[in-house]
Amino acid sequence: MTSHEPIEAEPGATAASPDKGPAQPTPGVDQYHVDPSLPAAGVEERHDQAERQPKHRAPAPEEGKRSFGRTFREELWANNNFTVTLLAIVLALICGGVLMVIGNAEVRDQWQYLLYQPGKTIGDTWAFVSTAYTDMFKGAVVNPDTVNRWYWNMTTWQQVFYPISETLTNAAPLIFTGLAVAVPFRAGLFNIGGQGQAIMGAIGGGTVGLALSLPAIVQVPLGVLAGALLGGLWGYLVGILKARTGAHEVILTIMLNNIAFLFLGWFILQQGIKDPARSDAISKPIQESGRLPQLIPDPLLRANLAIVLAVLAAAGVAWLLKRGRFGFELRAVGHNPHAAATAGIKVGTTVALTMALAGALAGLGGTSVALGTAPALTVDMLGQIGFNGILVALLGRVRPWGVVGAGLLFGALQAGGNAMQTFSGVSVELVGVIQALIVLFVAAPALVKAIYRLRRSPAAAAQAGLAKG
Amino acid sequence: MNVLYGLLQPDSGEILVDGAPVRIKGPGDAIKVGIGMVHQHFMLVPVFSVAENIMLGAEPAHGGFIDHGKAVKLVREVSQRYGLPLNPDAIIEDLPIGIQQRVEIVKALTRDVDLLILDEPTAVLTPQETDELLEVMRGLKAAGKSIVFITHKLREVKAVADRITVIRRGRTVGTAEPTAPESELAELMVGRSVVLEVPKEAAVPGEPVLEIAGLVVADDREHRAVDGVDLVVRAGEVLGIAGVQGNGQTELVESIMGLRPARAGSVHLSGKPITTWHTREVLRAGVGYVPEDRSVDGLVKEFSVAENLVLDLYDLPPFGGRFALDLDAIEAQAEQKIAEFDVRTQSPHQPVGALSGGNQQKVIVAREMSTPLKLLIASQPTRGVDVGSIEFIHSRIVAERDRGAAVLVVSSELDEVVALADRVAVMYRGRVLAVVSPDTPRETLGLLMAGIDPSSSSHTPGTPASGEQDTQGEGMSEHGEAAS
Repeated sequence: MTSHEPIEAEPGATAASPDKGPAQPTPGVDQYHVDPSLPAAGVEERHDQAERQPKHRAPAPEEGKRSFGRTFREELWANNNFTVTLLAIVLALICGGVLMVIGNAEVRDQWQYLLYQPGKTIGDTWAFVSTAYTDMFKGAVVNPDTVNRWYWNMTTWQQVFYPISETLTNAAPLIFTGLAVAVPFRAGLFNIGGQGQAIMGAIGGGTVGLALSLPAIVQVPLGVLAGALLGGLWGYLVGILKARTGAHEVILTIMLNNIAFLFLGWFILQQGIKDPARSDAISKPIQESGRLPQLIPDPLLRANLAIVLAVLAAAGVAWLLKRGRFGFELRAVGHNPHAAATAGIKVGTTVALTMALAGALAGLGGTSVALGTAPALTVDMLGQIGFNGILVALLGRVRPWGVVGAGLLFGALQAGGNAMQTFSGVSVELVGVIQALIVLFVAAPALVKAIYRLRRSPAAAAQAGLAKG
Repeated sequence: MNVLYGLLQPDSGEILVDGAPVRIKGPGDAIKVGIGMVHQHFMLVPVFSVAENIMLGAEPAHGGFIDHGKAVKLVREVSQRYGLPLNPDAIIEDLPIGIQQRVEIVKALTRDVDLLILDEPTAVLTPQETDELLEVMRGLKAAGKSIVFITHKLREVKAVADRITVIRRGRTVGTAEPTAPESELAELMVGRSVVLEVPKEAAVPGEPVLEIAGLVVADDREHRAVDGVDLVVRAGEVLGIAGVQGNGQTELVESIMGLRPARAGSVHLSGKPITTWHTREVLRAGVGYVPEDRSVDGLVKEFSVAENLVLDLYDLPPFGGRFALDLDAIEAQAEQKIAEFDVRTQSPHQPVGALSGGNQQKVIVAREMSTPLKLLIASQPTRGVDVGSIEFIHSRIVAERDRGAAVLVVSSELDEVVALADRVAVMYRGRVLAVVSPDTPRETLGLLMAGIDPSSSSHTPGTPASGEQDTQGEGMSEHGEAAS
């Protein structure tokens, strides 16, 4: 996560160094400062080549003698998915840094004196932004201070794992809702309805959690099942309407989101659900026997079974898409519904079942919040997990394990954002902006490629040449 | 024609307009040099008015606003000058097809073109509308416009053309006067130069496998594309369906496969009614289907060769169980079929879209022949396929016949039908005009394909007389108009 810092430093530092000697950069920064220049030189070199190439149409003779190292470097710097995603994250963090400066009155005012005190301006800005991102890292992954204090027996080991626990807690519902977008995407369907499906799942799971008093070994699976079932039905409704009437799933899911949201508002006020002891709109608390068990029974570490279920769900989806019979049908319908129908696949049924599966996954996301971290059902307990699921799916390039990675990143940003707000005073809403920017840059790869002047991957080019020949 | 109108670019050769070579890079250039085109499928915005559609692309603007009054006036003027009455304020989607076409023609005329290309304009018209159109064409000719009129119908060219050029497979094969006998034109159209030879024994027809009775099928626009077809295909024989594309062959085959509902009539497979069966059930009953358009209906391009080889078998053992696929079995099947059918691919995991057309087609043929077949339906089995693959696919089709399957081959290539078939059914306007022997003279077949029944022929029972044919066509189009 710290890798963004040098890039943040680079433009400022190089811009400042020509005239008055700026505040000496910290040794850490200096050490980084060398690194970015390497790829930067590489870029220029390549840029030259790109300009030269159209002139001589014949392939350059030296191409055959490229060293392995250079090939590796070029491949890494070429526009493969991983690089684009990584650079999109870096770019989003840079934009986030700019917003931080704009949002902080003290640093913003200092920029009025840029010409009088360039060193101080740049230095203050750098210090502010890097501290904020460092706090974010500390809140999301690990805080070296805590590790140090634990080593000297000044704090408990639970404190060390607290950031990771928070990240995992936040990531679980996002992985579920991300899968709920990724799976239908593979079938050629755009599921905007993760939010509504998650709400229905939370209602299903939450109701079992608060109304029944069974042994936990029975009640927890029952709650999870109820959540998946209700979310699944909500998704199936979309699928069946699309298959039968041809209605567009985007419109349907948006409408059903609203219906589910308003239904939740009505539902928690009903007798038997509403907490009679409270005057505000909140349900009775979820029973202890209905809660998802924590991974480590400790009041500090909230991470619960949800993250395990989420990873299992991702594994299941990965298996389904690769080896499952239904996954084959789903992918065939997604790529070419005509050929699928001609091969005897029931396209309508596949669409309906795919949406049901998506709904069940989103429903599990909602349930994992209702039975995991939320004390009771409230109108806003799910936040935006359904919509953030769309971002997670896109960032994960609609692949199950990609979704897990993207979900973890977003969970980390969320957890880190809370720490950043507490310690640096940067509003946690900035995290939402960064998340959106990451996906924006990923979704507009041309933009990232233009900014970083990426070349087409030589391997990809060779592939394309083969396909044509 | 798309090259002339600038929609496609020529690979070589040049276009001369009034003796001067021109480069036409787009429809705009074409209009500039005086070429207008009326497409077979209309290029109109259905919710715009007639005047708006005609003005589209050349709106008389008035400081950012469209001068609607001027547009209406221009439409009135042009439609009066050429005797093409139109209401400029009518909305396109409310108008019958014939009038929509008139809008297209007026649209071209308002651009002051000298040469008008009409691409199969009569395909969508009723006989009355066709007669009106021919009248309009004569009027335009009198007004000094040149017209290129593309059609499959001999009667129409003979009625209106001054010169006839026959194009077949991208080459000019001859020119004729409209006074030339129809048989001469038909011969030019179908050609006799290339005769495909498929070595095969005489057929030994057995029990009827596919029986079609009174089948009526609608196309996407709700026209009666198949209009009462009766056919029987027996075990051990190849029935070829000849006909110009778009005479109901596609819909007939799709209906047999359960991809398009039958509006009337019945389809029986080995005595069992399959008219309402789902495609999967039809396939499982022992039917192999090579669809007409392999890239749309036959293959999932992004899927690997191995996956495409089990596209309609993945749920059968050994490839798939209740829930899981057996990837090893699928790969083994792929290795075997690739070897058996000589599919040129780097590996079974290569996306099928990267293969050449011939190899893609071999993938489909291999897949469809991997289960024991009662009936093989092959639609355009060798379209866009190299000569080597054509021979291979033909020999496999004949091998299926010799094994005892009933085979239905649909092709718009008369050579292919004649080479493969033991009996040839000629389809025209959704009906089977005649079922004849493949030894029937080419001219006779060509005339049948053009919708003309050579009255001398004795083996065409049930063929409607030409008068009857007109009323039949009328009924068909009326149906279409009512629906649109």
